[in-house]
Amino acid sequence: MLSPTDPMIDIVDLCKRFTKGKETITIFDGLNLAIPRGDFVAVMGPSGSGKTTLLNLLGGIDRSDTGGIEVAGERLDRLSESELSRWRASHIGFIFQFYNLMPMLTAAQNVELPLLLTRLGRKERRERVETALGVVGLADRVKHYPKEMSGGQQQRVAIARAIVSDPALLLCDEPTGDLDRTTADEVLSILQVLNRDLGKTIVMVTHDPAAAQYAKRSLHLDKGHFIEKELAA
Amino acid sequence: MRSIILQILAVTTINLKSLPQRLWLSLATVIAVGLVVTVLLAFLSMANGFRRTIADSGAEDIAVVLRSGAVSEINSVVLRDQVRLIEDGPGIAKAADGKPQTSGELYLTVNGIKRSTMTKASLPLRGLGPQGPALRRGVVMTAGRMFNPGSNEIIVGRALGKEFEGFELDQTVTFNNTRWTVVGIFAADGSVFESEIWADLPVLQSLFKRAGAVQTVRARLSSPAAIETLRAYSDNDPRLKLDVMSEAAYFAQQASNTSDLIQKLGWPLAIAMAFGSLAGALNTMYSSVAARATEIATLRAIGFGGFSAFVGTLVESLILAAIGGVIGAAATFLIFDGFTASTMGGSFSQVVFNFQLSPRLIGQGLLLALAVGLFGGLFPALRAARMPIVAGLYG
Repeated sequence: MLSPTDPMIDIVDLCKRFTKGKETITIFDGLNLAIPRGDFVAVMGPSGSGKTTLLNLLGGIDRSDTGGIEVAGERLDRLSESELSRWRASHIGFIFQFYNLMPMLTAAQNVELPLLLTRLGRKERRERVETALGVVGLADRVKHYPKEMSGGQQQRVAIARAIVSDPALLLCDEPTGDLDRTTADEVLSILQVLNRDLGKTIVMVTHDPAAAQYAKRSLHLDKGHFIEKELAA
Repeated sequence: MRSIILQILAVTTINLKSLPQRLWLSLATVIAVGLVVTVLLAFLSMANGFRRTIADSGAEDIAVVLRSGAVSEINSVVLRDQVRLIEDGPGIAKAADGKPQTSGELYLTVNGIKRSTMTKASLPLRGLGPQGPALRRGVVMTAGRMFNPGSNEIIVGRALGKEFEGFELDQTVTFNNTRWTVVGIFAADGSVFESEIWADLPVLQSLFKRAGAVQTVRARLSSPAAIETLRAYSDNDPRLKLDVMSEAAYFAQQASNTSDLIQKLGWPLAIAMAFGSLAGALNTMYSSVAARATEIATLRAIGFGGFSAFVGTLVESLILAAIGGVIGAAATFLIFDGFTASTMGGSFSQVVFNFQLSPRLIGQGLLLALAVGLFGGLFPALRAARMPIVAGLYG
């Protein structure tokens, strides 16, 4: 059980390597990181520095080779695949660069997907979906399909999907990478509100220094190690 | 459990709603499965129609007496003395005048021309006594009249007349250098007898040099159970080296050889084709999984289990196969059900019959379709379930 003083993320001596043909590429070799609850961290760094790999490890969709990853009080390296699935459903909200919405489902149906993994009834699910879409300002787009919405609106639907089951941690992979500046600012503002007002812990991978400005602090990943920068909130 | 069902429903809905994106590939699978089912059901309905036409012709209270060991009427001989002994046997029903209800019969083959192919085929020409028609269920003259005893007149079964040339009423045909006149057309409840030509027994015996013998004796039994009494009587008399069986048993045996052969041709052909369509189904479903890799990975990242991805993919495959199966069954029904054909019966002569599709056969066709769907979807479904999430998300 996570106590209020425990960090949301605690990585100890993490090692991760990839094998490509006969070549072994080391991404992390003894990485350590602690992120407290309620933090909003931007992870930056050059391509291939391991930003997305870090996000995948934190979200339990990739496995470390050695070392411990504790997220929201759970040692991910000790969970089976099915346990990880259940854990992700209740603790993690993913936001992807290209939104990853289901094109054949409406906005409401897309947002409802994580709730299908809960014990909530249809009425409660519908209420939660409406609330989540309201939070991102899309209450009037419930029945719209992704193709009927702009990129920014689609990303907001994706954010609604990420928060609808009320997870403690949001993992955002280049959430504004496919958006223009104005739309990106709108999306980042929503993330800021989620962090500030709803207490969500957010880890956001980005190439964009302007996007990183919305975070409380920025971590620069280089050659498998972090360099930290504090940012004005 | 509820969550798993909801997950499966969601994944299946997503899969099915995305089908239009893979329309042509999915359609190819549906058509391939449909063709497999059509071929299978065409053979099975042919076998079924043949079997029912022959087997339904037999009655339980009619005895058929053949030479011991004869497999059909064509290779049987029953001598005149044996006919008399049978007529005097136990268990045989008597007519109002006290005479036993029996009919000694000759069964010969003559040539006819098939209308559909204009090729020669052997047709059964039966010589029968005055009681012969009464020993068959539902025999009625639909046109003309009964042949006169002692004349070169024939009556023709309705099905045979439709399928073969030259048997219209009042026409003259030549068998064995003798001219015969068609004086009547008869129906017999759609039974195999409608595929026969009937003539007077003594005339046939004379013209075909078969005097002193017949090939079968038909006898009406006092009850179906009397067949055992008659058989015991025949077995215990050394003068009667004969096989006694009910007409129903005789026709069931006659039907089984040909219908088994048709089925034995149909199933291997359909299964061979099923392997072809299985390859198509596998290709479609692997393509489906590849096309939906990002969607599957996104759902898995959200927290959906691998099992729902597995079942969702399998259900998609089964649904495509089931649609193919239904289309195949419908096509068979529209094209073949009731289609009239003729083939060689048990006595080396043509039997006219209709293809008959039945719910049981449709069930077999759909089961084969679902088997294609199951095996075509199984490995792609496993791939969907085991696909690494990161690979699905980032390629």
